[in-house]
Amino acid sequence: MSYLYFPGCSLKGTGRAYEDSMLAVFQALETPLEELEDWNCCGATAYMAISELKAFALSARNLALAEAKKGTADYINLIAPCAACYLVLNKANKYLRDYPDIRKKINPALDAAGLSYKGTVKVRHPLDILANDIGGERISRLVKKPLKGLKVACYYGCQIVRPYADFDNQHNPTSMNIIMKALGAETLDWPLKTRCCGGSLTGTVQETGMRLGYVILREAQRRGADVIATACPLCQFNLECYQKQMGSAYNDKIDMPVAYFSQLMGLAFGMDDKKLGINRLFVPIKSSQLAGGAYVRG
Amino acid sequence: MPDLPGWRKIKYEEDLDPGFADEIASIPGGEHLFNCIQCGTCSGMCPLSPEMDYTPRRIIAMIRAGFRREVLSSYTCWLCASCYSCAVECPKNVKITDIMYAAKRLAIREGVAPSRFPISVLAREFFNQVHSKGRTNEGRLIMRLYMKSNPLKALKQASMGLKLWMQGRISIGSESIKRKEELHKLLGAIETERMVQKRDVVTHKEAR
Ligand code: SF4
Ligand code: SF4
Repeated sequence: MSYLYFPGCSLKGTGRAYEDSMLAVFQALETPLEELEDWNCCGATAYMAISELKAFALSARNLALAEAKKGTADYINLIAPCAACYLVLNKANKYLRDYPDIRKKINPALDAAGLSYKGTVKVRHPLDILANDIGGERISRLVKKPLKGLKVACYYGCQIVRPYADFDNQHNPTSMNIIMKALGAETLDWPLKTRCCGGSLTGTVQETGMRLGYVILREAQRRGADVIATACPLCQFNLECYQKQMGSAYNDKIDMPVAYFSQLMGLAFGMDDKKLGINRLFVPIKSSQLAGGAYVRG
Repeated sequence: MPDLPGWRKIKYEEDLDPGFADEIASIPGGEHLFNCIQCGTCSGMCPLSPEMDYTPRRIIAMIRAGFRREVLSSYTCWLCASCYSCAVECPKNVKITDIMYAAKRLAIREGVAPSRFPISVLAREFFNQVHSKGRTNEGRLIMRLYMKSNPLKALKQASMGLKLWMQGRISIGSESIKRKEELHKLLGAIETERMVQKRDVVTHKEAR
């Protein structure tokens, strides 16, 4: 089965470490990802606020480009690691299928651009592929440095598991936990797995955005997490980059590494820090801390 | 309370817009609006309701009662982070998030969105970048956002920006797709939802 890959704007920018580590890990699992040629912005949430149809049209172009790669197969998988891209592409796919009104307007527009879309793309998240197609068993076989003793708070964020996804439980998702356990890590039991990180509010109404992030970080810290594992570039950014400001705003000390789950996979696979973009983190977690068969704090 | 001409604390029926509910219900995702039983689950789930001027449940009730102006000029829809917590828990399948989006679009279209309020500025900036390049660049997006809504804040954030830049996480060069004509044909073919261009010029001037 072949996998097409939709990076989205963030994975080429603030989320570069996500792309680096994701590609490396999938390569190691012998499931290389092929980047969708000439992809465009998914439309994201901001675009939705201006023109819904244009937002759907943007997604539709990506879906059409992906479908053109399908060949003779029944469908093709398009992998979108960014939670916002994943949600928006998934939503466009479902709305194009369920609302004839939308189809009636999008199809002629695609046609005008020399494209067409029949609906044979499956939009999927890497967590889904890893937990359900590849499986914990295959992942654990590649582990060279088990993450023994590392307490991971799996944080899914809001847009991966709801409302259009069907690969995991919307209230208590477990796919990332499965992956982390396969790496030998311990996963934290906590109630804020899918709580909103603040999204773009950290850039717009900062006090409000930061409050949402702070609640998540404080809870992870209280419960003794060593690291928060994320699956979205915006969650990662919000939770990592404002820790100092949160500290002074709430008179608290927040010092919590926030890594992409794929970086933790790479570390456990014994890959080089640099290849995984560890140097791109504000609060790093290093492979040297994993030497000697167990995680060393500090 | 928004300072609008003709604002009265008590509403008379002639202040309301009885067609508003139908208008919202006719958008994709708005179809279950009339099924709402006002249970309040959405407001309870919403991580932002404590900061909203009207909670999501109340917005739904106000839409149904025709409080057009109040809904469209509220901060609620702009504070909505599209986290979908409300929508997945709603016992009546009301797609509250989609309704919030519809309110945002109408507010921009009717010129009642707060013009320097950073969220609507962000949405417009984003729109313009994608329109011309097909992709966005976060560094430029954030820079323009601060310049337009709050230049002082740009300075305060400079040290974080520098750090990100040194880590190779932002650049200010612009990403662009190759087949831009294809994209332009596609977007051009969608009859514009009577948005912006003209109005946008005006608000950009204001922002300066
Ligand atoms: S959860 Fe649904 S039914 Fe309950 S108040 Fe909100 S919109 Fe209405
Ligand atoms: S989608 Fe918007 S209204 Fe609904 S819970 Fe999230 S922030 Fe609140």
